Amino acid sequence: MKKRPNLVYTTFIRTTPKKLWAAITKPEFTRQYWAGIDNVSDWKRGSKWEHIGGDKEREVWITGKVLESTPPKRLVLTWADPDEPGDVSRVTFEIEAIKDQVCLTVTHGNFKADSKMAGKVSWGWPRVLSSMKSFLETGKGLNVFAR
Amino acid sequence: MSLREMDAVFKALADESRRKLLDVLHKNNGQTLGELCEHLDMTRQAVTKHLLLLEAANLVTVVWQGREKLHYLNPVPIHEISERWISKYERRRLQALSDLKKDLENNTNKKTKS
Repeated sequence: MKKRPNLVYTTFIRTTPKKLWAAITKPEFTRQYWAGIDNVSDWKRGSKWEHIGGDKEREVWITGKVLESTPPKRLVLTWADPDEPGDVSRVTFEIEAIKDQVCLTVTHGNFKADSKMAGKVSWGWPRVLSSMKSFLETGKGLNVFAR
Repeated sequence: MSLREMDAVFKALADESRRKLLDVLHKNNGQTLGELCEHLDMTRQAVTKHLLLLEAANLVTVVWQGREKLHYLNPVPIHEISERWISKYERRRLQALSDLKKDLENNTNKKTKS
């Protein structure tokens, strides 16, 4: 039996699939709603992708490979902290147009048995996704790390 | 988040059985209908009905894995609501503090004058 994904998030956004794809894959957009972070890659299958701090230090927070890339519908990435390269998990973005809205489903799974990543990201994903929704609908993201 | 979407979330959360369902998913995310029924003192039909309402409010997301229909707790709408209210309350708190400061300073000024 296939392993069940651990974390699944859905949000409905008043936008188009193309704009949503750009919001995930273009650093000039991600830094505006994703805690100032740039998502960098050519987003081709097999390419490397990086989640880099948008400030001067350019710290790489997360890195991985692009496993699948079908713009503007489906993007599958591996996901790991560069300091713990063995702790690899998998993130899938699925984009589906429904009338005048777009349904985005993010699945984060395939965690290693002793992975610390699930605990870290389950705090962040709902914040990042509601900030993404605000950004696409109003042009302004939220303060993702506000407590 | 539109008013209609927010209404759906509050209506979904206003029922104890549905909150219980979310608790069960919170404890163990990604369950089939059968698994959910094991933990709940409800008929299968009632659980199905509640799940549909939770899905409509986007509080539960369904993922098909082969023939298995898995239910996941989706916290994104709850976060959107808290974001909306928290930022409002913070603005109000700041406003209240600034009013208090003005009041106190005005009183002090009056006292020194008299």
